[in-house]
Amino acid sequence: MMDCCHIREVVQGFFSLLVGMRVTMGNMFVKPHTVQWPRETAPLPPGFRGHIMMLPDEITRYPKCIACTACARNCPSQCITVTGRKPAGAKKKLADCFVLDFTKCSLCGICVESCPVGALDFSRDYALAAYSKDDFNRMNLLEDLVSPF
Amino acid sequence: MKEQAPTYTLEQIDEENFALNLGPQHPGTHGVLRVILHMDGEYILYADPILGYGHRMQEKVAENMTYLQVLPYVCRMDYLGALSYNLAWVCAVEKLCEFEVPDRASVVRVIATELNRISSHLLWWGAYLLDLGAFTPFLQAFTDRELILDLLEYITGSRLTYCYFRFGGLPSDVDDVFLTGVRDFIEGFRGRLKNYHDLVTGNVIFYHRSADVGVILPFDAAGYGLSGPVLRGSGFAYDVRRHEPYSGYDRFDFEIPVEETGDCMARYNVRMAEIEQSMNIIEQALNTIPDGPIRSKVPKIIKPPEGEVTMAVETPRGELVIYIVSDGTKKPYRVKYRVPSFSNLSIFAKLARGQLLADALAVLGSFDLVIPEVDR
Repeated sequence: MMDCCHIREVVQGFFSLLVGMRVTMGNMFVKPHTVQWPRETAPLPPGFRGHIMMLPDEITRYPKCIACTACARNCPSQCITVTGRKPAGAKKKLADCFVLDFTKCSLCGICVESCPVGALDFSRDYALAAYSKDDFNRMNLLEDLVSPF
Repeated sequence: MKEQAPTYTLEQIDEENFALNLGPQHPGTHGVLRVILHMDGEYILYADPILGYGHRMQEKVAENMTYLQVLPYVCRMDYLGALSYNLAWVCAVEKLCEFEVPDRASVVRVIATELNRISSHLLWWGAYLLDLGAFTPFLQAFTDRELILDLLEYITGSRLTYCYFRFGGLPSDVDDVFLTGVRDFIEGFRGRLKNYHDLVTGNVIFYHRSADVGVILPFDAAGYGLSGPVLRGSGFAYDVRRHEPYSGYDRFDFEIPVEETGDCMARYNVRMAEIEQSMNIIEQALNTIPDGPIRSKVPKIIKPPEGEVTMAVETPRGELVIYIVSDGTKKPYRVKYRVPSFSNLSIFAKLARGQLLADALAVLGSFDLVIPEVDR
């Protein structure tokens, strides 16, 4: 009786291995799921979060930032430094310095959400590399924009 | 038993026995968990988990930040079920401030959290079987998990430490692309889940590695404060989603999978059944998702009234409780997290005694521990 049970167990166990093998073999005839980077790249999702960037005003092309420092105050990692002053003849303050310490940034996006004028957005840069740490811990977001000063 | 020695190598403790250091960078411990084992040959005489390598002062940090600033930080505790933590913090603050949440936002929260739960269980499934020496399941699970990550990335913008919920609702609405994507995934995954069972559940090697290994008796399960699938594997039908419903879970019809045996196999079966239940919840949510606003009006600067709040949430690993004391200022006065992995790990020392080393690793894997959550 004991032997009979044992044989049945062995046969069932062997069968279970065959069933598993079928799944493994089946996978041999499936297209690969991976993307062969860098020859091809996966599409970036619409909500992709790169480092933040400053948006220009559509008419004046100056940075949109009004230097209210809401982003700097709300940032959990204190990685934003922003100062502003009034350009000659203007009534409102504009940012003259907006520096991001990207080495501290956790890309939570609280700055983007807290901006009252919608001056910040996520960039779509994902392949970031540089020779010096300074390129990331003092990122000047106003660099590529027209300066009002 | 000789007093535990801080050993870094194999150390002779007496004539026959030796102390073995497992971790903190051992693939079998899934993170920076260190266990000192006193061994008699291949058998464990005594196990002592040593915690704290990933301690990040989560509670103290929360006392020095505003309620909004803590939000992205809580998700770093449990990196596999980040949305559950996100939900717990958001719900706790909403309960404290008595904010309303629109119906659509609640339902989307449920969909996203349940997707996250499936992805967490899939990763556990792959990693657990990798612990037991099977490599194919790992790749199988990651293929399907990738589809969930793509869906969640589409709405949240990140792939692992999501931060998608906000006080009073959601920051952005979901569109039809996401909803049809989820529907397609559920349809396809129901078929593929059968492969999972074919590949592993019936497998004779897996059966002998996990059945009757690491049996947790119901008395111990309750006494050690276990929760989640580990508790349900020992015969308790306790699920926070059912017993203290939050975020509209009471509207959904789902079962609580329970197993009586309390061994690794039971915990495995509970998790596999939970994946199916999560899919049921998502399907019901997709069918009943209402139109409407996604965020109610909440003040920009959160200043809750004086008081305290306790919020329990069922994460993929068990019951998370967040306790906040507010003194009426912008920052919490005190925050306490009761994390599931910490309690679940506490029974390991008892279970490991007298076991083979390989079985102890199987037990450790079956707890689905996330060490940053233990250390927090």
